[in-house]
Amino acid sequence: MAQEIVEVPITGKVISVEVKVGDEVQEGDVICVIESMKMENPILAPVAGKITEIKVSTEQTVESGNTIAIIEY
Amino acid sequence: MFGLYESAFGALTWGNIVMIIIGGILLYLGISRKMEPLLLVPIGFGVILVNLPLGELMSSVINGQPVESYAVGGEPTGVISRIFHYGLAWEIIPVFIFLGLGAMTDFGPLIANPKTLILGAGAQFGVYFAFFIALLLGFTITEAASIGIIGGADGPTTIYLTNRLAPHFIGATAVAAYTYMALVPIIQPPIIKLLTTKQEREIFMKPQLRPVSNTEKILFPLIAAVVIILLVPKSAPLIGMFMLGNLLAVSGVTDRLAESAANALMNVLTVLLGLCVGCFMSADNFLKLDSLLVFALGIVAFATSTAFGVGLAKLMNLFTKEKINPMIGAAGVSAVPMAARVVQRMGQQANPRNFLLMHAMGPNIAGVIGTATAAGIFLGMLG
Repeated sequence: MAQEIVEVPITGKVISVEVKVGDEVQEGDVICVIESMKMENPILAPVAGKITEIKVSTEQTVESGNTIAIIEY
Repeated sequence: MFGLYESAFGALTWGNIVMIIIGGILLYLGISRKMEPLLLVPIGFGVILVNLPLGELMSSVINGQPVESYAVGGEPTGVISRIFHYGLAWEIIPVFIFLGLGAMTDFGPLIANPKTLILGAGAQFGVYFAFFIALLLGFTITEAASIGIIGGADGPTTIYLTNRLAPHFIGATAVAAYTYMALVPIIQPPIIKLLTTKQEREIFMKPQLRPVSNTEKILFPLIAAVVIILLVPKSAPLIGMFMLGNLLAVSGVTDRLAESAANALMNVLTVLLGLCVGCFMSADNFLKLDSLLVFALGIVAFATSTAFGVGLAKLMNLFTKEKINPMIGAAGVSAVPMAARVVQRMGQQANPRNFLLMHAMGPNIAGVIGTATAAGIFLGMLG
């Protein structure tokens, strides 16, 4: 199966994680929300598939390029 | 004494009731729909307050006669008309808002991708388009400039310029500018959709921009202030404070000042400004042909600025190898960060891989500089 690595696009703080390992997601579903530049930025699933790994947690500070999750599809 | 004769029920007009409903709609949009609540809640509440008769919030005295509303050239006597007079008409609040805006601004995306400066400049075409339309409709040249600047979607700049050129229009232009800034999420998407194809909206831009060094960040506000003010001297108060605020944030040694400017000071000024703008929307002030025309021309200015920004981005794509998502041109209007946020949301809707926020912040910040500069040019020519 192919893998899609979802990366952090902007440095900030994770304020919520909306999925867990094993969840099936559709393209466009919210994976997590990152607060940056005083804005809440939802990070969306770029493909439909199954979440196999989540590398971030709530309140964690993240930098652009960090892995958020891996989706198998 | 108690009795109906002491109440304001008898003085309530249909105009007041219409405006109270408008105030309620603004509050609904701010609170329930979460549309720019920091602006819409104080504005909406101000609209309701000022349309409750006999409160004398905006009263003033002109030629020895007391009047219910703020009178240009008169003496303010109401509590909000005093705040308006000494805060806005004296130009204190707009320039300090620019200090706070500067402290909140990250010039990184603009420094990393300087071509977005062109998009910020391009979106100012709407200012001049509306300026000429207003002239054609019979407004004077100074009134037309004050109306045109609404297209820049920058409240403090609009107030600053109108106060200098056409102070009798300050209420109408301020209300229009702030209302349209708050309504960016409603106004811009249909214009952007009309001017772009689905394929264009899907264009992917790598989220990461090149890293910007601290030295670049410190030098940018200094060099930008010197160059812009030498080019357009009348932009000095706005651009000067904007760049000072940013220098406080990036210098690394004035964090306390930057923190205060970006938070406490900005919050206080936002409440005062929102309340003043709302309180200018009394029925007798707002429900008249001139004000409604200014309001209508304001949206022409704003819509054409958005359209020109998108159009210029599409034009740039004809000449560049790496295509940009043309929606980021719409962020060239300077409603920071609302316009960038609209582009970010529409970009994600079109293509979930897209994260256009940082790309849109470049033109967005350039738009602030562009609008303040356009105001400076008007002041230089007409002031």
